[in-house]
Amino acid sequence: MSTKTTFTGHRGLVYEEPLIFERSRDGACGVDLPEPEGVASRLGGMERQGGVGLPGLSEPEVMRHFVRLSQKNYSIDAGFYPLGSCTMKHNPRLNEKMARLPGFSDVHPLQPQSTVPGALELMSELARWLMDLTGMPAVAMSPKAGAHGELCGLMAIRSALEARGEADTRTRVLVPESAHGTNPATAAACGFTVDAIPATEDGRVDLAAFEAKLGPDVAGIMLTNPNTCGLFERDIRKIADAVHDAGGYFYCDGANFNAIVGRVKPGDLGVDAMHINLHKTFSTPHGGGGPGAGPVVLSDALAPFAPLPYVTSTGGELRLVEDEQSSDADPFGRMVAFHGQMGMFVRALSYMMSHGSDGLRQVAEDAVLNANYVLASLKDVMTASFEGPCMHEALFDDRFLKGTGVETLDFAKAMIDEGYHPMTVYFPLVVHGAMLIEPTETESKETLDNFIACMADLAKSAKAGDKTRFENAPELTPRRRLDETTAARKPVLRWTPPAPAQAAE
Amino acid sequence: MRYLPLTPDDRQQMLGVIGAKSIDDLFVDVPEAARIDKAFDLPPHQGELEVERALSAMANKNTAAGSVPFFVGAGAYKHHVPATVDHLIQRSEFLTSYTPYQPEISQGTLQYLFEFQTQVALLTGMDVANASMYDGSTACGEAVQMAHRVTRRNKAVLSGNLHPHYRAVIETTSKFAGDAVVALDADVSGGEDIASQIDGETSCVVVQYPDFFGRVADLSAIAAAAHAEGALLIVAIPEIVSMGALKTPGDMGADIVVAEGQSIGNALNYGGPYVGLFATRQKYVRQMPGRLCGETQVVDGKRGYVLTLSTREQHIRREKATSNICTNSGLCCLAFTIHLALLGEQGFTRLAALNHESACKLAGALEKVSGVELLTPAFFNEFTIRTPKPAADVIEALADKGILGGVPASRLMPGNEAVNDLIVVAATEVNTDQDRAAYAAALTEVLS
Amino acid sequence: MADTKYTKDHEWVRVDGNTATVGITDYAQEQLGDVVYVELPDVGKSVGAGDEAAVVESVKAASEVYAPISGEVVEINEALADAPNGVNEDAAGAGWFVKLKLSDASELEKLMSEDEYKSYLAELD
Repeated sequence: MSTKTTFTGHRGLVYEEPLIFERSRDGACGVDLPEPEGVASRLGGMERQGGVGLPGLSEPEVMRHFVRLSQKNYSIDAGFYPLGSCTMKHNPRLNEKMARLPGFSDVHPLQPQSTVPGALELMSELARWLMDLTGMPAVAMSPKAGAHGELCGLMAIRSALEARGEADTRTRVLVPESAHGTNPATAAACGFTVDAIPATEDGRVDLAAFEAKLGPDVAGIMLTNPNTCGLFERDIRKIADAVHDAGGYFYCDGANFNAIVGRVKPGDLGVDAMHINLHKTFSTPHGGGGPGAGPVVLSDALAPFAPLPYVTSTGGELRLVEDEQSSDADPFGRMVAFHGQMGMFVRALSYMMSHGSDGLRQVAEDAVLNANYVLASLKDVMTASFEGPCMHEALFDDRFLKGTGVETLDFAKAMIDEGYHPMTVYFPLVVHGAMLIEPTETESKETLDNFIACMADLAKSAKAGDKTRFENAPELTPRRRLDETTAARKPVLRWTPPAPAQAAE
Repeated sequence: MRYLPLTPDDRQQMLGVIGAKSIDDLFVDVPEAARIDKAFDLPPHQGELEVERALSAMANKNTAAGSVPFFVGAGAYKHHVPATVDHLIQRSEFLTSYTPYQPEISQGTLQYLFEFQTQVALLTGMDVANASMYDGSTACGEAVQMAHRVTRRNKAVLSGNLHPHYRAVIETTSKFAGDAVVALDADVSGGEDIASQIDGETSCVVVQYPDFFGRVADLSAIAAAAHAEGALLIVAIPEIVSMGALKTPGDMGADIVVAEGQSIGNALNYGGPYVGLFATRQKYVRQMPGRLCGETQVVDGKRGYVLTLSTREQHIRREKATSNICTNSGLCCLAFTIHLALLGEQGFTRLAALNHESACKLAGALEKVSGVELLTPAFFNEFTIRTPKPAADVIEALADKGILGGVPASRLMPGNEAVNDLIVVAATEVNTDQDRAAYAAALTEVLS
Repeated sequence: MADTKYTKDHEWVRVDGNTATVGITDYAQEQLGDVVYVELPDVGKSVGAGDEAAVVESVKAASEVYAPISGEVVEINEALADAPNGVNEDAAGAGWFVKLKLSDASELEKLMSEDEYKSYLAELD
């Protein structure tokens, strides 16, 4: 990139943008609200003391500020986003339009139920799709995200154990080493102890080690399938049977459902509970880190303990059950105010209806095909961690970088200069310097071919000793590598007004 | 299928490169018994027009808040959101990006998170805030867990006038974590004695402000009582607009403030997605849950932003994390940031004043209806009335007349006879004089 | 320093009279990278040999520091609160974590000497 310096600090279309607080001018405002009439206050003497300290900006200034900020972000709409484990697929705009229909977006969660039959119908219809696609008899809709869904599933398991009188004795949850960090964190939040299961050479659960860990104190297993190495757990039926025989339950982390939707029903695999990330498999946008949604499908053994609220049908009429008194089941409690991520439900159903049952099967097939195409094309260029076909994502490790002085992180940063969002790096933890590539089904062959060629070129550079291409990367971004050490040692988490002496300068 | 770029030719070529005969070769690891060949009992793919038609039909069965005189609150509020907000949050770079784990190409998201954290700290009168949680209720649950970590105790004391759903979330979390909860009974008179429940084992006291019934009361004495026993004060704010008019929890000694941020920038959405606000004192920052964005520098001296203090989080700390939460409420938090930037100091305080005025006018009108009693003398934009008939019936009768008149307390506190005749009523800047007059007239008819 | 003993988890302990000073080794600080925060126990807490005594954090990792021997915490290194980089700069000296009042001196015999630790490190590489 040109090293030309500019008067403004901007560089062509890349603008330096201060904080809104630094752009503030007294008297500026981005809304026109009527003046209050001056009705006598009923605040009871609890008026706020002094100002809030918010900045003043007009509407065009706010618009420009946030447009400029947006231009510093990478996005799936602009480029390939092969972030393993995250399923960064195309987000259809029809879904956005549907979620904004006033009948969905402008409805209050505590309106009389008689005024929201369409909302209940939507929840019920989405539930039907989720149950059918997973082959499970029940679904809890309210969890707000994947990790929240995990918590829901484990709470249901704990409740089922309690009903059996074994809550105090079955306190250990088995979690493979390759699991997402949320799994052990969730188990701990639910009062369980966590016991790690090692992986085999071929990236799956070590069945013998797993069986050796089973015992009368095991509450269950949390297993991601396809797993975080992008592999289908071949022994999954044996694992399910073994944990059931030992009196435990099978929680399946459904983060990677995109690989099997329409081709495999988790219900056929012996699963007792599985969350579904609507923001992964069913294309609701990631939004820079949320909001997501994490409905949990449940087996007959766990269904009675599903949390409040839930939609039920009596005589063809839908009803929302919001409290224990009106429930004929045994709900374990409530995870959230109101009824879940309705806005995400609409988007997900819009996506499902668009694809239909035939299209969803094609989704899984194309996702798996794309990942295997990347794997096959790069396995001699980079080092594939495991033999054989992968599912929806391909795992590589840093062996091909050995002796080059280039590390996984440097390699990822060099991809940024090439216009790619890096793959997931250093996860899963079971291989060294992991690079997990998930192309998803919404990428064309041409995109993949270009990406493969770029990765090959980068690998060649690394092996040829061109360290500067990596060590200094990224060089072409709005910001280069940031000092994360100082950020963590002396956290600055908010803007504070400059001291008066400095302001006078 | 419009969302899938691969053509049949592409697929054949790619299978060739892989060395697979058919797609089934790639699914060999799936146990045979679990492979599905038959179609599902679900409809096939459809075009935009058909999907839009079907979903619109469902949406049209619901009564939209904007189509009627609307006074429902109790944790979610109908406000006007400027057009700019929805336009900006739908920009590709915000809508379709992931969590900002690669800061060099995520400065847009990171900078607004930093602005958001600052806004939340200012609103609540606290030192620091995180980059948002799922919603107010889960933020409240997380606050209790954090108080346990800070105090190394595990008994929470909950005000009876905490939103029943917030209470249920805390009780559910605590039940499984093995923590104790002491929850007082609801008391619309505002006479509850929470201080007497605090002892040397109490980790925190949780109070709502304004409370579930809309009452505004000073919390300084509760803060002092909690602190005297080494406990923390957690304040939950369901209506964040109130912070434009009311004394902040920070000023009254709160240690953790959680809030529902839906009112700023976000639609009602039948309950979600919303945005949880979470603020605390500087000294507790390493015990906070959720993502945090921090300011730092690039090698060349330029200012930039990164996610920081990640060692608290599940992806590093696993079972020792401060929370199992992996996401924030990114896009809702962006909507909040933009709307509040548009409002600014002048707009936000005026919005609060207009809300209070709307509620004062409505309370004045409803008080005059025969048999109706106003039970909350001091309030912000929400108050509670007692009606001579069961509240649930009154609300249904009002709905039949095209007025959504509030929430019967019995819906959220089933089985509590004492609240059967109470309606929690909210009024905001969207309500007109006509709306308020229509409510008073309809209520008069329903009660006569 | 002849009186310094080591653990397999890369803690060191140095005894002076009845007091044992505990820190992490230079090897450990190098593996961690830039230390950004150190969480220390309360003075007065009793720890058993092998118990978690502190947590040391880098940007991307958090590691527990285990007490090499049993004892009561009598002093913590307050300087690390503001300057956690002290661990990187002088792990074997000024970057110490806690001082313990020794409860069982015989536990020291189970730990490695400096020479033993050096050969242990050589095996790791």
